[in-house]
Amino acid sequence: MSQFIFLMNNFLRKQNFWFVFTPYFWLILFFFIPLALIFKISISVSEWGMPPYRDFIDFSDGGIKINSTLSNYAFIFSDSFYLRSFLNSLSLAFTSTLICLFIGYPIAFYVAKSKENIRNLLLILLIIPFWTSFLLRVYAWKVILQGSGIINVILMKLGFINEPISMLYNQYTVILGVVYTYLPFMILPLYGYLVKFDLNLINASNDLGAKPLKTFIRVILPLSLPGIIAGSMLVFIPVVGEFVIPELLGGSDKLYFGKIIWDEFFVNRDWPIASALAMSGILILVIPIIIFQLMFAKYNFKNE
Amino acid sequence: MSNSFLEIKGVSKKFGNIVALDNINLDISKSELFSLLGSSGCGKSTLLRIIAGFEKPDSGKIFLDGEDITLLPPYLRPLNMMFQNYALFPHLNVKKNIEFGLKEERHNNDEINLRVKDIISLLELDGLEKRKIFEISGGQQQRVALARCLVKKPKLLLLDEPLAALDKKLRVQTQFELVNLQYKLGITFIIVTHDQEEAMSLSDRMAIMKSGKVLQTGNPVEVYEKPINEYVANFIGTANIFNIKEISKNFLIEELNIKIDLPKNAQMFQKCLIRPEKISIKKINSNNTTEKCTGVVKEVAYLGSYTKYLVESNNFQFYSFMQNREISERLKIKWDDLVECSWNNESIYFFNE
Repeated sequence: MSQFIFLMNNFLRKQNFWFVFTPYFWLILFFFIPLALIFKISISVSEWGMPPYRDFIDFSDGGIKINSTLSNYAFIFSDSFYLRSFLNSLSLAFTSTLICLFIGYPIAFYVAKSKENIRNLLLILLIIPFWTSFLLRVYAWKVILQGSGIINVILMKLGFINEPISMLYNQYTVILGVVYTYLPFMILPLYGYLVKFDLNLINASNDLGAKPLKTFIRVILPLSLPGIIAGSMLVFIPVVGEFVIPELLGGSDKLYFGKIIWDEFFVNRDWPIASALAMSGILILVIPIIIFQLMFAKYNFKNE
Repeated sequence: MSNSFLEIKGVSKKFGNIVALDNINLDISKSELFSLLGSSGCGKSTLLRIIAGFEKPDSGKIFLDGEDITLLPPYLRPLNMMFQNYALFPHLNVKKNIEFGLKEERHNNDEINLRVKDIISLLELDGLEKRKIFEISGGQQQRVALARCLVKKPKLLLLDEPLAALDKKLRVQTQFELVNLQYKLGITFIIVTHDQEEAMSLSDRMAIMKSGKVLQTGNPVEVYEKPINEYVANFIGTANIFNIKEISKNFLIEELNIKIDLPKNAQMFQKCLIRPEKISIKKINSNNTTEKCTGVVKEVAYLGSYTKYLVESNNFQFYSFMQNREISERLKIKWDDLVECSWNNESIYFFNE
């Protein structure tokens, strides 16, 4: 025991303690504690007031009483409305991840294989949109797509249509907005993997008789798989919880999970239900992702 | 149609304003082990990449076995290339790397497995089939890269600095293995290297390149003993080069102020080459000798099998390499010793710049 204390003292005195643990403090402070709070609210009992749930631990009757319930979870799983909105979000995330991948891969490949000076310029062009607020950029799509927007005006001037077509407020504009917003998150990790790619591997594959398409399938694609997975995660996970884009560009044809949580929090003021939704969403997403990562790590190690 | 197996006709290539290859003409015969030798930037790698099909020449043609392959894409050329860093596929294991090329040809699985097995035992890679590329040593990687090419039974194998990534001991051993393998399989090899010793020990014939031009082709003995110019003489081994002048039916080696007899076929030569191992030196005590050339030893480098001496005579410095034929505990000739130098006049090679 004394040895352990000695070791701990020694360890704490060294500067590298802070170096190693700063990220963990960060995670605990800004991720773990908020998550625990959300979890606490999700098993609390709803009530009118501020905050709108009953105190978790109640001392009022002279004794200790813990007010907790699983009824919030029971409720959201009994109403298929929530499940449907979650599936809507999953399908939105899946579709837009695929579209981002198909648009992003060629762009990332092109950028990675350009000459250095052009490459830097292209990277700056990819990053420039981040200098404008995300909200403004999504609003800009509203302006572009609206009845008196530039697309309708041009189509009418060219005589293809007589009156403006309504393009806003449906699931497709949501996909458009999501793809537009999240495309850089797909391109940048892909670029990171492709830029390290040894061009001689492509030459070697060609030299061994593989035509360009076969070379892509047999060499380039498997070697950029980690980049594809990283980019897809970066798009898929936040899109499942996305509520701003559906709020601004979406219509009433499809309800999305993020927006439901928002409504439960701010419209219904039912914090426990909203928290239960958030917790369920996280669990449903995180568990398959962890399993997938473990499987992929195994695959990566053991080869085909 | 000529008899040559690989024929390179007037191939030129420019990158922007830089001339990488300037009208290259080469004929390489079947089953030959041919080296392209030159310092970096001489265009040897570009030529190899053009033969492989990764670059298109600006002009000129390439024929392989009588067929014009100038415009064929790499994947249709009946030749393979071994890359300098091997370019093995990191996501595949040893066996899958080797069978990669066979899978592109339409063979059944039995044939593929048989050929892969044969090549694995030929290159002594048994037991490593399931290993990943980063799990095997550099020498093993080199053999996998070789196996991956040879399993396709190419008409021609291109090797880009095949031994550069190996340490010295392994390099020498692999040199011999490579020559044996080439002899056994009878495949034409073209090797790019900057290492003149490697080129000399490997090649049947070699081409010395500089600034996109082929200066000389020939077997190692020809190139060493009869270099076409001063650059080649200096590039291959160590060279003592002297200016010569014709004086009354004799040649005068200007730097040493020594007259020698006129060689039979000699006229209008400007320079001569005496390789260091052809000059022998002997310690003397005073300058009063009958020998034509005396000098002072300025530097000594004992290298085990031979010793390098830098001798200064008539204010001109040249090298003499002496074999250490007898066991002795110290060098007989040391710094600042007076020596007399002698050589056989037949060992002098005359040439024009």
